[in-house]
Amino acid sequence: MPERREDDVAIEVEHLIKRFPRAQSNAVDDLSFSVPRGETFGLLGPNGAGKTTTIGILTTRVRPSGGRAAIGGLDVVRSPIGAKQRIAVVPQRSNLDRSLRVGEILTYHAAYHGVGRQEREAHASELLEEFGLGARAKQQLSIFSGGMEQRVLLARALMHDPDVLFLDEPTNNLDPQARLFLWGRIRALHEQGVSIVLTTHDMEEADRLCDRIAIMDHGRILALDTPEGLRRLIPGGAVLEVGVRVPQAALVGSASDGGSDDGDHFRTTLERLPGVTTVERAREDGATGSVLYRVYATDDTGALLANAAQAVIQEQGELRDLRMARPTLEDVFIHLTGRDLRS
Amino acid sequence: MSALSQSIEQREVRRQGAVRASWTAFLAIISRDLLVTRRQAITFLLQTLVQPLFFLFVFGKVFTNIGVANGAFPALLLPGIVALTTFLTAMQSTSIDLARDLGFTLEIEDRLLAPIPITLVAIEKILLAALRGLIAGALVFPLAYLILGDAYHVRTDHLAVLIGLLILIAFVGASLGVLLGVLAPVQQLALVFALVLTPLIFTGCTYYPWAALGSIKWFQIVTLFNPLTYAAEGMRYAMVPPIQGFELQTLDIGWVLLALGTVLVACLIGGVLLFRRRVVN
Repeated sequence: MPERREDDVAIEVEHLIKRFPRAQSNAVDDLSFSVPRGETFGLLGPNGAGKTTTIGILTTRVRPSGGRAAIGGLDVVRSPIGAKQRIAVVPQRSNLDRSLRVGEILTYHAAYHGVGRQEREAHASELLEEFGLGARAKQQLSIFSGGMEQRVLLARALMHDPDVLFLDEPTNNLDPQARLFLWGRIRALHEQGVSIVLTTHDMEEADRLCDRIAIMDHGRILALDTPEGLRRLIPGGAVLEVGVRVPQAALVGSASDGGSDDGDHFRTTLERLPGVTTVERAREDGATGSVLYRVYATDDTGALLANAAQAVIQEQGELRDLRMARPTLEDVFIHLTGRDLRS
Repeated sequence: MSALSQSIEQREVRRQGAVRASWTAFLAIISRDLLVTRRQAITFLLQTLVQPLFFLFVFGKVFTNIGVANGAFPALLLPGIVALTTFLTAMQSTSIDLARDLGFTLEIEDRLLAPIPITLVAIEKILLAALRGLIAGALVFPLAYLILGDAYHVRTDHLAVLIGLLILIAFVGASLGVLLGVLAPVQQLALVFALVLTPLIFTGCTYYPWAALGSIKWFQIVTLFNPLTYAAEGMRYAMVPPIQGFELQTLDIGWVLLALGTVLVACLIGGVLLFRRRVVN
């Protein structure tokens, strides 16, 4: 592999560790990754996985306990000012300057970063226009909706032409329309060559926007690959969802079988089918008495469908749903951690 | 090569070295604060001048007219009011701003992410708060002139000491405010103010000269632990003209400067360190 030139790397993280005082474990635990220039990189994981802490370190707001993090080759601890000149942050919670008018929020931000007066005025009106806020430059923020504030946050971040843009859970709490707008902007920035780091627990968002995704849990990276590459982590790569209504009689019957199959003999039966690697009890609906199983299998779709249907009927279950699913990042996450992203 | 790499180089060219970038950011943040201060001028004036107005009117005018205080009292009171107004305005400016910014609006984050050391962000806050304190303190003079009328007596032969002291008092107040703002959780700011402010004001020799406390020795000693005592006494030294040929006995100006200087250094170091700890995890 040819050696990478320093300026081709937007972010470098080596054996990064963060332990907060009085914490039981490391919030960031020996993290290493690098982001080449121009890449959109996703940090995906549940709350508390260490995503925000990682971004905090990279944006100089959290001091690492160990390891190294660099922006454009500049160490964030030793050269925080150089690092801050190259980054912009769209935080999870709005931190807009409420004492200023919308246009001023942008121009003062640029002024802090040393952008000249004429350039910042021009850039601000350009961005406000582009973000559909042209008529609102002189307004106070207090009358803005969450979606509009998000636009101002992004516009402000772009005022000093950052090399790397950090977006921490950018579409959390946004309505669908605002979400689509933001996705569009992120893609456009990607095309302009801005490196982007995005944290999210929204699988769809990560899948749509990111070139590569690191799945994080407990401060560590469990897997790092392209969305396609991550999907291939599912053994076999086929996922079948089987919805079964379990008749009362079958439940009683299975309970008397003895404890060998945890009383879930549908699961045991599905596991025994040829080509099946794992079966998960994905969802349960107490009211209708139905259960959704997720069956991971090697690729022999036709046979699997038929076999699964037959097995359910044989076990006196009522087949409610049967469909092949393309593995989602959620499946990958469950496969890697053994639990749901939202749990 | 491509348009992209060109623009990256252009960006690199515009980026200044750390020192120049910090200076640029520092000035830009000051200009932001001046704009906001200018915009809030009316609120600021009402907030800071209503209290001295009433103190001067009731203590300085009414009390002497009804015979509760003698004719020399307004001259002793005014330096205390100037010191208090300067000190409190500066202190509230940093403490309320910081407590709100750090605990609730987070709006200081944009400045923390600017290419400037965190310490300078805190210093800038102190600088602007001190300026607001000075403006408020200076405005008390014309206010007093209007309210006290004939009873307005300020000596002008210690003008340099007066100005220097006022600046020092403003900075002490602003630095103490950083400590309070960083330490007090925003929900309990009102409580902290109630617990700190009232004792501070009333043990600070604002309304009475220190030497007069000789008859309540223990209280005279208590007041020495309050920086406001030194502020008020220093202002008395600089402002009170000789009364019937006698110089007013105040705390020695050397001790006043030493005490205020020590408090300033302690609060400045403590405040900046705690601020850094609060904003960088």
